[in-house]
Amino acid sequence: MSLERAKPPLPDEDKRWKLVNATMRRNGYADHALIETLHSVQDAFGFLDETSLHFVAASLDLPLSKVYGVATFYHLFTLKPKGRHSCVVCTGTACYIKGANALVEGLRERYAINPGETTEDGHLSVLTARCVGACGLAPAVVIDGEVLGRLDTPDLIERLDTLPDPEPTPASHRPPTTSH
Amino acid sequence: MNLDDLDDLASEFRNAERDVERELRVCMAASCQSSGARPVFDSLEAQLKTDPHPGCRLKGVGCMGLCSAGPLVAITPPEAGIEEGLLYREVKPEDAPELVASLDGPPVEHLRCPTDQPFFARQQRIVLEQCGRIDPDSFEDAVAHGGYAGLVRALSELTPAEVLRELTASGLRGRGGGGYPTGLKWSTIAKMPAGQKYVICNADEGDPGAFMDRAVLESDPHRVLEGMAIAAYAVGANKGYVYVRAEYPLAVERLTTAIRKARRAGFLGGRVADTQFAFDIEIRLGAGAFVCGEETALMASIQGLRGQPRPRPPYPAESGLWGCPTLINNVETFANVPAILRRGGDWFASIGTQGSKGTKVFALAGAIVNTGLIEVPMGTRLRDIIEVIGGGIPGGRAFKAVQTGGPSGGCIPAEHLDTPVDYDSLKSLGAIMGSGGMIVMDETSSMVDVARFFMEFCMTESCGKCVPCRAGTWQMHALLDKIAKAEACRADLELLETLCDLVSATSLCGLGQTAPNPVLSTLRYFRDEYEAKLQGDPTP
Repeated sequence: MSLERAKPPLPDEDKRWKLVNATMRRNGYADHALIETLHSVQDAFGFLDETSLHFVAASLDLPLSKVYGVATFYHLFTLKPKGRHSCVVCTGTACYIKGANALVEGLRERYAINPGETTEDGHLSVLTARCVGACGLAPAVVIDGEVLGRLDTPDLIERLDTLPDPEPTPASHRPPTTSH
Repeated sequence: MNLDDLDDLASEFRNAERDVERELRVCMAASCQSSGARPVFDSLEAQLKTDPHPGCRLKGVGCMGLCSAGPLVAITPPEAGIEEGLLYREVKPEDAPELVASLDGPPVEHLRCPTDQPFFARQQRIVLEQCGRIDPDSFEDAVAHGGYAGLVRALSELTPAEVLRELTASGLRGRGGGGYPTGLKWSTIAKMPAGQKYVICNADEGDPGAFMDRAVLESDPHRVLEGMAIAAYAVGANKGYVYVRAEYPLAVERLTTAIRKARRAGFLGGRVADTQFAFDIEIRLGAGAFVCGEETALMASIQGLRGQPRPRPPYPAESGLWGCPTLINNVETFANVPAILRRGGDWFASIGTQGSKGTKVFALAGAIVNTGLIEVPMGTRLRDIIEVIGGGIPGGRAFKAVQTGGPSGGCIPAEHLDTPVDYDSLKSLGAIMGSGGMIVMDETSSMVDVARFFMEFCMTESCGKCVPCRAGTWQMHALLDKIAKAEACRADLELLETLCDLVSATSLCGLGQTAPNPVLSTLRYFRDEYEAKLQGDPTP
């Protein structure tokens, strides 16, 4: 007699769940594939919400507390939706020496958010990273995935202020989640 | 398969390229890509279509080293290193017509980057020998340049015990920072009873300002796979993991391709190189936790748990992944292994110093002219690395200190610049070799700020399991902050020193044990800066 529980149904119609399921299937629903699975959720949805944590826990037959513990332990996982644009300031040593802190301060003054936060209108998320590996371009900033080097604060703010924002859409495209 | 068969295969791959007289190599590693190498590649490709040069092949390669001058483009004969060809710096897409036209004429002088400068001439490349020469996505290119010869030699000519002897004779020590003798580590695991064993490659390169491992994985991933396979053969493992940072998407992508191609060619999987030896490798992604570079935390993370360290013993060699004997080495350590097997342990032991054999890869960054990746023999003086190879400090400013070993290391002042770089000399200065990040600071850097920066790093990266590290780093950061803002009194400095001893003596893992190092070393050499802050000097 198998003690294995049936796998839970997909939370909703969203096709992205199939990507998540594929990752778990590829790893044989092994509990040690938890981090890989959370990566695939975040790649697909941009962040980890309650629904996804419940779904992953049930699928891998893990206690929710453990899934939550892992999701909050690692810096790369975020439980909050990201803004429509992201600005990652590299705070590695080389960038620090060349003035990354001034950039972070400048962003704080201009947008009133700390690293790791998103502006209220969901326009911009400011993040910091420990070395994006562009030490030759220090201080480096990654705006929407594009690495820009040797910027000073006014340049950076000008670039961010001119980022296109055609239609203010909610940060997540997912329908509101039902509570469990 | 024996070495002759591999040689035939390599000749076959080389013959397929025999019409190529010259290669147009574009650096496609992360640093050059972030300065715009991709558009340069595309525009050279387009230009070669409108202005065809049949004997010339355009090739994306890995890191050429001089990251501050990127995007780099080299025009060389095939098989040759960049020093035998022409190197162009800061190339822009609009330079493509001129560069392509120069294939039939004189070089484009205004873009030239001399390759006889000390930055290139003073290096000795073992780990990086194929970086910037081969296409990292091409299995054929790797084999044509001698890839997998070390593995085939081990499998066809040596017993596992002979491989261990070769490694021990080489004197190779762990390149992740600890400097533990690799041969000894491998022998311990080989001696464990036969059964499930694992090989792990630690590619969780977390030190800020260090990018050696990333460059190796992006430029020559097959070398790392080959080193892991040799290790697995020597210790009797059949399964390997590469634990790599998720922040290195390009390295992950190239490693994935390399594993797939090696498997398809029969150099990983059920029968490696047509022998009875079976070994396969899987990639595991980190998720942004510095502490996962610590070996027990890394293993917890591979098992899908929170990356928290546990007390040792038992060491991973006895009880590692899922309780099985596990070998963990760093990327650069594995990348040295194929060369040792190909050319012999005695050859390797002839390079370097008494206690530190071979070469070391360093990532030069900070206030230095030539930012980038270098590989020098152990025992090279710091002064040669910084002033000669690195080109000195830009802007006419004076050198103040060089920081090695990241958050676990220390700052070395000008009076010790003549120290040879090896594990023991650096340790005696209160710094460590570390994984190879070398950050140069000029006179404008405040050492108290630097200490605070590293303490903030350790504070946020502490996993929270043991109290000395979790609470101690927080307290030390608060004290450093107070000193940096010139709000501290002498008692605060004394408390800071007490805490340094306490945290390093009582923390569970390396992160906490070494967290005070940047403070201790700056206090040792730059105590006057701390003192000046105590007297209420508000300027840095």
